[in-house]
Amino acid sequence: MKILSIDTSNYALGIGLLDENQVLGEYISNIKKNHSVRVMPAIQTMMNECGVKPADLTKIVVAKGPGSYTGVRIGVTIAKTLAWTLNIPLTGVSSLEVLAASAGRHFNGFICPLFDARRGQIYTGLYRFKDGRLVTEKDDQLVLTADWAPALSTLSEPILFVGNDVSIHQSVITDALGDRAVFAEITEHNPRPAELALLGRDRIEEDPHSFVPNYIRLAEAEAKWLDAQKTK
Amino acid sequence: MTNKRDQLILGIETSCDETAVAIIKNGREIIANVVASQIESHKRFGGVVPEIASRHHVEQITIVLEEALRQGQLKMEDIDAIAVTEGPGLVGALLIGVNAAKALAFAHEKPLVNVHHIAGHIYANRLVNEMEFPLLALVVSGGHTELVYMKEHGHFEVIGETRDDAAGEAYDKVARVLNLPYPGGPHIDRLAHEGTPDLDLPRAWLEPGSYDFSFSGLKSAVINTVHNAEQRGETIAPETLAASFQESVIDVLVTKAIQAAEEYKVKQVLLAGGVAANKGLRTALTTKFQKHEGIELVIPPLSLCTDNAAMIAAAGSVLYEKGQRADLMLNGNPGLDITIHNNWG
Ligand SMILES: [Zn+2]
Repeated sequence: MKILSIDTSNYALGIGLLDENQVLGEYISNIKKNHSVRVMPAIQTMMNECGVKPADLTKIVVAKGPGSYTGVRIGVTIAKTLAWTLNIPLTGVSSLEVLAASAGRHFNGFICPLFDARRGQIYTGLYRFKDGRLVTEKDDQLVLTADWAPALSTLSEPILFVGNDVSIHQSVITDALGDRAVFAEITEHNPRPAELALLGRDRIEEDPHSFVPNYIRLAEAEAKWLDAQKTK
Repeated sequence: MTNKRDQLILGIETSCDETAVAIIKNGREIIANVVASQIESHKRFGGVVPEIASRHHVEQITIVLEEALRQGQLKMEDIDAIAVTEGPGLVGALLIGVNAAKALAFAHEKPLVNVHHIAGHIYANRLVNEMEFPLLALVVSGGHTELVYMKEHGHFEVIGETRDDAAGEAYDKVARVLNLPYPGGPHIDRLAHEGTPDLDLPRAWLEPGSYDFSFSGLKSAVINTVHNAEQRGETIAPETLAASFQESVIDVLVTKAIQAAEEYKVKQVLLAGGVAANKGLRTALTTKFQKHEGIELVIPPLSLCTDNAAMIAAAGSVLYEKGQRADLMLNGNPGLDITIHNNWG
């Protein structure tokens, strides 16, 4: 078994290679540089170093969003093309779920991964580990932090906030949740590509032809067009 | 039938609103040619919406790849190289084709050849007629109006280009003035044939000897003419307007193409790009070049004028032979210059 995982959905670029019982390799960078130029060379370098050929791969797992529309499309395009042409299974995993798993595996409470979505908004969801398995408590969504944080205040357990953009929203979160808000350490904010591979390892495969990113949002023009149809 | 010494190039094109994959044998023979058009989706918005185009490309890319291999009854192992449009075009759209091409090249250890979209349009002609050099290509599309001189295969010299709007853009804008549905070009072409060019519209010849084009003045003149007529309580027959506009565009295109063909003493003139589907332009060029002994006019069939991947694979075939290669760092380049292909000795 050799699983290749790809995450280009946000600033962090992650490539992972998972064998039966061990992580063969992980590449992570967290810089504002073009994913399109860097992903394939990163995959090639890591696979070369690990002595794994494309034909050896048994599965592709990709972070399917939410995140940057262009970024997530790059990873998804590469993942579905590889899976289709190598005739191996493809699985998509929520980009937020990967982040939750990366930081919260041993956290006793809820985990709230987030990516900044500008104008006070975040892409977020709510997760927790139960018996070693990650469970979704609230689905991935786009929401104002000012609405999201107070909504979490009914929860009686601590909540771990994780993601490189947490600092942008930290004060709003602390105002609403006080001590119950726990913030991950900077070393935990990058989604781990090996966690991505592990999350996708046993999940059902998806058809590469119909596989698309989870954008959460419609394209702006599409949303306006739909609104216009309703008022007709 | 293909034998082992045949060269097979798989081409991928996603620069605008067509997801296309084709396989070409020996640079000239179409083995497979698949185009998934998004035009119905973009019609809702009166033009191509980049984000929506990118989304459709992701939905279509592997389906179109599989269909091309199925049509050609080929496997990736049979393919010699993968040619892909690097630019120009919509960046988000280009990225889908480029990254799919890189994934394929990596998975099967195949060479990757980056192709300029306009080089592709020009090479669509080679699927019809062998090219004879030197030649001149008149490239007219929604995004381009160029005269490209080629002294040999794979060498491109832009001798004239538009300084403002592309001809196709002017067509779309005038179509909007006439309340014609998107895309407007074919509607104007049809209307033009029903009317007579009675309006006196400007022709931008620019300075003497220049092969550049300008269509923004013509576009404004059309808008002003309609506006002034409205103020006088008159209406101009759309057929008349379309015919006059089209005559002005074609007059400039054909006249400059003939002047350039004579000055550069070319053996062939090729028409390329989406506007090559325009009947008025085809007829005018055919009529004018009939009088020119020794210059052959080549016009590809309509299906090869609009964006497709057969043209990218056809250009890729020649460029592959010339040694053009891209590595896995290849990116989509919306402002790519065609002279990237002139870099060998
Ligand atoms: Zn084109």
